[in-house]
Amino acid sequence: MSVTALPAAAPSRLRLGLRAVLVGAVLVLAAMPVLNQLPSDHALHVSDFLVSVTGKWICYAILALSLDLAWGYAGILSLGHGAFFALGGYAMGMHLMRLIGPRGVYGHPVLPDFMVFLGYQELPWYWLGFDSFAFAMLMVLVVPGLLAFVLGFLCFRSRITGVYFSIITQAMTYALMLAFFRNDMGFGGNNGFTDFKELLGMPLNTSSARAALFYASLVALVGCYLVCRWLTATKYGRVLTAIRDAESRVRFLGYSVTQHKLFAFVLSAMMAGLAGALYVPQVGIINPGEFSPGNSIEAVVWVAVGGRGTLVGAVLGAFSVNGLKTWLTSAAPDLWLFVLGGLFVLVTLFLPRGLIGLLQGRPK
Amino acid sequence: MKGRRLYLDGVSVVFDGFRALNNLALIVEPGELRAVIGPNGAGKTTMMDVITGKTRPTEGIVSFGDADLTRMDEAAIANLGIGRKFQKPTVFDALTVFENLELALKAPRGPIACIRWALTGEAKSRIEATMQEIGLTERAQDKAGILSHGQRQWLEIGMLLMQDPDLMLVDEPVAGMTDAETEHTAALLVRIAGRRSVVVVEHDLEFVRALNCRVTVLAEGSLLSEGSIDHVQNDERVIEVYLGR
Repeated sequence: MSVTALPAAAPSRLRLGLRAVLVGAVLVLAAMPVLNQLPSDHALHVSDFLVSVTGKWICYAILALSLDLAWGYAGILSLGHGAFFALGGYAMGMHLMRLIGPRGVYGHPVLPDFMVFLGYQELPWYWLGFDSFAFAMLMVLVVPGLLAFVLGFLCFRSRITGVYFSIITQAMTYALMLAFFRNDMGFGGNNGFTDFKELLGMPLNTSSARAALFYASLVALVGCYLVCRWLTATKYGRVLTAIRDAESRVRFLGYSVTQHKLFAFVLSAMMAGLAGALYVPQVGIINPGEFSPGNSIEAVVWVAVGGRGTLVGAVLGAFSVNGLKTWLTSAAPDLWLFVLGGLFVLVTLFLPRGLIGLLQGRPK
Repeated sequence: MKGRRLYLDGVSVVFDGFRALNNLALIVEPGELRAVIGPNGAGKTTMMDVITGKTRPTEGIVSFGDADLTRMDEAAIANLGIGRKFQKPTVFDALTVFENLELALKAPRGPIACIRWALTGEAKSRIEATMQEIGLTERAQDKAGILSHGQRQWLEIGMLLMQDPDLMLVDEPVAGMTDAETEHTAALLVRIAGRRSVVVVEHDLEFVRALNCRVTVLAEGSLLSEGSIDHVQNDERVIEVYLGR
């Protein structure tokens, strides 16, 4: 009996250790805006830059989690997850634009500046309702979710999988980018939205607003992590894994693969939308560049580097690759794309289980 | 026992001009155990594909009870009560033996139902009984990916049992099994039939003999001969295309 008990005890100790590290990491992150309040010559002072860049990374980590749910667990490699992120961002951006009200350069009581400039007489119908925070938050989830539902339904029902699906998602985000670049779409063309003033009554350019958004993102990250953790531990999570490894076999067990993949894909898109919505007020701008295919591919690299199919890996990947990017793009800006590409190749060849695989050691 | 009969008539499957099945007829009565043999390319696996919805017949009738199988997809056919074991054992490598069986266990199949699924004592004891039956109790918590070929065969048979189908289609169940395991499998299939219909595709004639059931011989996509194992083994046409080579 003791022989069989030993190997079972070891991973649980590892898991306990992992849990402690995770809680520690969240506490360190949570302390950052507090330490930011210390006088700037204090040893523990955290700079404004570090707080704002970390806030962005937290949003990226949520995006990575969402991608990992689709790719790492259900085997749906989306190369267009940036589109869901951007749509969530645009929904939040529309709310922020509506809140500017008469404080725009042109001083129009309702219309955002770009609409006045383009000669709009009244708000397009799809901008109605975005003055309400609750409605905008609903759209942050509904718009990416709906797009994922339609795209996923058409593809999964026709059994479009693997690289073909990836190419379609890549084309989708590219098409959306081109569409959003157009002025007559009513989303500000290539300038997108910026000059945001406030959110929920708090001016955005203050450190307390930065801290609030930082904490909202952190709470969202922890929440999304826990939801994914719980979901992947249910039988549903095991069905997804089964679909990832042997899709057609799952059908012969009587599971509707279309339904299961669709559920995961829509949920994942909503999480990506949430990440985008938290991201936009922190960076203060959203434009069609967020739809660029490169962004989606970068997100895939985060997950691959961190370790797909493990939730902690996705988050770790988002933080480490973006940390590297922030450092490299200032230290040696020309190198970044080569490093990113090289990283992807190296991880695929030598670290198929990512950084987490390194930490876990040999597979059991 | 639910009395549904598997009925195939005039079934043809044409791939780019090649007739994988040619006007095939087959009836399997409720509770019957049936062996299907035939040389490579005779259409045995294609026949299973047609019954389970993987391949649509170009023409012909395929029904189970009063359900028209040609109009249903794989999942719907599986939920109708038709289970299949593949020639190449396909189990879910990243899941444990227990989890593989749990996924196969007859239960609501929708995403929400799967999220809300909780392992009851009854389900657990059914899974444990099946693990006992297939001799994998010791391996319950091992990933299916590390099982030997024979054990994977057993696991897939176990998954089929968990589905509790009314009709089981079993494609080459004893490939890679030892003689003792082969005997065990034959005994298991004989025991299972009666409560449900079982169709076994197999090359191993000793095994087919051990099943002691009606045998269907396919050749070039059509029915060649049908009857007891002695009958078909003495059939001139069968000897010519298959046994006498």
